[in-house]
Amino acid sequence: MSTETLEQPIVKEPAEPLLSKRRKKFITDPLNDDNPVTIQVLGICSALAVTVKMQPTLVMSVAVVFVIVFSNMIISLIRNLIPSRVRIIVQLAIIATLVTLVSEVLKAYLFDMYKVLGAFVGLIITNCIVMGRLEAFAMANKAYDSVLDGLGSGFGYAWIILAVAFARELFGSGTVFDIPVYDTLYSISGGIIDIQTNGLMVDSIGAFMVLGIIIWVQRTKNGYVEH
Amino acid sequence: MQQSNTYILVFSAVLTIILGGLLSGANQFLKPFQDKQVELDTKKKILGAVMDISTIEDPNAILALYDERISSTVLDINGDVMEKDEKGNALVAEKIDFQKNHKKDIQTRPYPIFMFMNESNKEQVDAYIIPMFGAGLWDWISGFVALESDLNTVKGVAFDHKSETPGLGARITEEGVKARYIGKKIFDEQGTLQSVSMVKGEKGDPLDEHHIDGMSGATLTGKGVNAMLSDYFGYYSKFIEKTRNASAVVAEPVAEPVAEAQEVEVVEENI
Repeated sequence: MSTETLEQPIVKEPAEPLLSKRRKKFITDPLNDDNPVTIQVLGICSALAVTVKMQPTLVMSVAVVFVIVFSNMIISLIRNLIPSRVRIIVQLAIIATLVTLVSEVLKAYLFDMYKVLGAFVGLIITNCIVMGRLEAFAMANKAYDSVLDGLGSGFGYAWIILAVAFARELFGSGTVFDIPVYDTLYSISGGIIDIQTNGLMVDSIGAFMVLGIIIWVQRTKNGYVEH
Repeated sequence: MQQSNTYILVFSAVLTIILGGLLSGANQFLKPFQDKQVELDTKKKILGAVMDISTIEDPNAILALYDERISSTVLDINGDVMEKDEKGNALVAEKIDFQKNHKKDIQTRPYPIFMFMNESNKEQVDAYIIPMFGAGLWDWISGFVALESDLNTVKGVAFDHKSETPGLGARITEEGVKARYIGKKIFDEQGTLQSVSMVKGEKGDPLDEHHIDGMSGATLTGKGVNAMLSDYFGYYSKFIEKTRNASAVVAEPVAEPVAEAQEVEVVEENI
């Protein structure tokens, strides 16, 4: 078990500001330097599966952020009550409950999205990011910090899959959020700009390629080396 | 920290009760909304097979349109009206779960059919909509296929699927693929059922009236769709036969002998 102990040393300090430097790092780190998808390479399965179009990807992102934040919060609140021998199953039960709630709400209010995402929303349960954060952070930190950490990891995941989805939808279907881009370019330019959509992008292979390029660019920029 | 077994058991039990209660509560609360969504979705698909409803945003307008234009009934395998299920409950076409229904015995299962009525003449059927269910590549696929009043020409289709690959098999729900079915015939000139099938690959070539262009990279989904169509046209074939004969009989007393002969010829040509 690898637990990051980010708890402050024993020195009694005045109340920490709501967004102190330390806390800001919880949110900003996962966005870039410690991104769950591109650096830790977690949650790849859904990053490949749901990123064909922007709209379902956005719904998926919101669902994942919701699940990470609330499971982090709940686990953190009851972390001293959880028997360590069954902690994994407890984490799983909480995640599964939250995911089922999300799925039920989608079915009741966003039925079209529910049909598109169906199985993938259920698969948030197995998204390594969620459980990874619970085990590595929420089990050892206070609730508010855990919420921030959840937001950070959630958005870190969200922006990557949205970026992948943007590239895949644009090049694969010629649209962005179902707004036709290629067709508009075609008619505006009077038929001069006639770009063909790339079928590879609609396939999972397209996601691998886009994700690979994002990781490459990011690591070149940050100078990150695999240890 | 090491806890006693009793603590672990009590903790697990309490957690299970809380989470279980939460979930069943949410389910109870959301069920009516979900049922309404499912009903709306089914009715949208039925209407979608015969007309373009994508411009209608208001769910209530769609439900009202459905009530106005669609009349439904339930048939048995012989094409006769079936009023009660095996338990004696009244059958309502819209309430039949196509997935569960598909698992029942072919000979005894109810076959719902939806009739799209003429806007001005409420007695005249403009199209017959046949619900279908089958297996795609990964999971189930379903569809509504609308036939013109000649019960031969395809007026439109609407497909749905559970988990076909997005961009490949899932394309069966796209307009471009659905439009390929329109105008195709399910019977050949001899009156034998041919169904309409998708070919392998996507060539865009003009094909005969029983075949449509396939989906590149989704041959297996296409095969599933083909099997579903030919199976279900087969299940409804008695009804189709009866209805076509009946419309020929209805035409008889009205028409004069000479005109009658012509009319019959026309009908045969359509076949």
